[in-house]
Amino acid sequence: MVVYSGMRILIIEDDRDAAAYLAKAFREAGHVVDLAHDGVTGYDMAVEGGYDVAIVDRMLPKMDGLTLVGALRNQRDETPILILSALGQVDDRVKGLRAGGDDYLAKPYAFSELLARVEALARRRPKGAPEETVFRVADLTLDRLSHKVTRAGEEIILQPREFRLLEYLMQNAGKVVTRTMLLEHVWDYHFDPQTNVIDVHVSRLRAKIDRDFDAPLLSTVRGAGYMIRDGGR
Amino acid sequence: MTAVGKLFRATAFRLALAILALSAVGAGIVLSVIAWQVVKLVDEEIARTIEAEAKGLIDSYDREGLGGIYTVIETRKRQPGASLYLLTDPAGEPLAGNVEQIPLEVLERPGFVIVSYRTSGGGDRVRQALVRIYKLPPGFLLLVGHDLGDRARVEKVMVRSLAVSLIFFAALAAVGALFVARRVLSRIDDINTSAHGIMSGDLTRRLPVSGSGDELDRLAEGLNEMLGRIGELMQGLREVSDNIAHDLRTPLTRLRNHAEAALAFGGDAAAYRAALEKTIEESDGLIKIFNALLLIARAEAGGDVEALHSFDLGEVAKSVAELYEPIAEEEGVLLKVEAEGKLRVRGNRELIGQTLANLVDNALKYGAPKERAAAQVKPYVVISARRVGGLVALTVADRGPGIAAADRARVLDRFVRLEGSRSRPGSGLGLSLAAAVARMHGGSVELEDNKPGLRVRVVLPAEPAPLQLPAPANGGMDESVAG
Repeated sequence: MVVYSGMRILIIEDDRDAAAYLAKAFREAGHVVDLAHDGVTGYDMAVEGGYDVAIVDRMLPKMDGLTLVGALRNQRDETPILILSALGQVDDRVKGLRAGGDDYLAKPYAFSELLARVEALARRRPKGAPEETVFRVADLTLDRLSHKVTRAGEEIILQPREFRLLEYLMQNAGKVVTRTMLLEHVWDYHFDPQTNVIDVHVSRLRAKIDRDFDAPLLSTVRGAGYMIRDGGR
Repeated sequence: MTAVGKLFRATAFRLALAILALSAVGAGIVLSVIAWQVVKLVDEEIARTIEAEAKGLIDSYDREGLGGIYTVIETRKRQPGASLYLLTDPAGEPLAGNVEQIPLEVLERPGFVIVSYRTSGGGDRVRQALVRIYKLPPGFLLLVGHDLGDRARVEKVMVRSLAVSLIFFAALAAVGALFVARRVLSRIDDINTSAHGIMSGDLTRRLPVSGSGDELDRLAEGLNEMLGRIGELMQGLREVSDNIAHDLRTPLTRLRNHAEAALAFGGDAAAYRAALEKTIEESDGLIKIFNALLLIARAEAGGDVEALHSFDLGEVAKSVAELYEPIAEEEGVLLKVEAEGKLRVRGNRELIGQTLANLVDNALKYGAPKERAAAQVKPYVVISARRVGGLVALTVADRGPGIAAADRARVLDRFVRLEGSRSRPGSGLGLSLAAAVARMHGGSVELEDNKPGLRVRVVLPAEPAPLQLPAPANGGMDESVAG
């Protein structure tokens, strides 16, 4: 299994309580965290560089979050940015992403959701690198070009949506993927479905890729989401 | 600002003054033309009289010579209202007539001439007359004329009536202008007062409408409509806060109780853990309700134009159906989707998708026939999207108990949960969100009897067809527009 060395995370959040809690929680998860409590300081720290991910609150003193993100992007700074906002409506999300944010999370959020999203963002990092066309986890392979999935050499037939589900999970192999992340990337909706629709889709997928094999690869992470990894570690 | 100053500044008053000036000029022209015509008529009449008299005199001269004409002149001049006569010898010496003094050069002029004269015997007033000179062989001159006193009187009458009518007219117009201006001013003042009343907080107040249907009424009606719409939005917001106060208190109390109970009686770590998990679960539920309420309020406020895209409603129907299909299967419900292709709608895909998801969720939750064992019909839910004229109808139909006709309007309100559904999870916001989203897009939500079951129809205006583009070669239509 891939072992993640800690990331360097910059948190720009004016609510000191929330920022301190986030810092503690991210450190607990094995990451290095720096804090800034206003937009200008945050911008300066981000420009100094070296962060794997920046978490930017949308409403900040001195320079608001969207302006900060726009300014960074104008400087050709490609640090992945997750925008946090208390506004959280569909329209605001569009504005946040348009300003140059890579992801957007509305307050209040579960920390597990934020952690999963930040870790998924950091993975995108090496920009110049060619996109992988084949994902492998243990004996499970997914070929993005031929749309072929095999496990232990046996082909597994998946519905198109199941294929995309597995593709997204494998793209983030070893990391937690939340239900809302799945809904966003596989169905392109950003709302919170009322019932456990995603769970049912995942359990169908699991039935196809795991049932007839000894080592389960797709596991449920309690209170957070799902993860695909080489369980036979 | 004094009342008079205000009056003079009033548009209506200035307009009235301008109309007054214009009409006065117009009336003057009309009366002058009439006067001129009348005077001309009188002149012609006088000229005809003169010619007739002269003919008689010339006839008597022709018949009986100088003596004859002399007698006739002498007779005629004694009659009342007599014309003017003067007969002279070739040297211009008067022989007969009633003209005392007349400028000599007149006798040389041909045709009708207006002259000043004095009558013989009668006072010394200089008068005006229209005269004509006739030459009688061998060289006598005959002057026949008629006093112009009548004409002068007519002229005087005309001038006087012109003056009187102008004064009368001016007075009338001034009063009218004053009246109109004051009326308009007072109505505008009323509107202003009402507007200030509304501004100072009485939002139910409306601008006065006189009922005459004039432009002020139309303006007031337009503004009233606007106030009504604003009032609705305000009402919506107020309802949201009322609802929050009312319906969020219960889960908040539960949340607090869990925490309190854990503190008071909690024993081991496992009990604390359970209490904390319960707390998070409750707060997640609260957040969901809260988000739904905000979303509804946002949709009712009209939403953001920037978030509107053109998208295929059929694609949304299919993707939501596909999202819920496994769950339906798990519950033993047949989920069918009937979507026509190319159902272009301009709107917020995200909100419409969420609306449909809520409806499908509801249908799966409540749409099963009451007694499953007894039911002959296999439970099924049908999602359909089709074009109806200029509209697009998105329908979710189930085979459940349905909603009684009397309750159908009510369930679109926030937090309304019918008997029997309270025991199940849900916030009572799904249908209100659907209604708000439909309204935001200029559409509506209709609840119908599916016989048996409930059919929810979300009707949206279809996007006007764009210019015909060549069809894509690969017929793929999964061009979702990301929110």
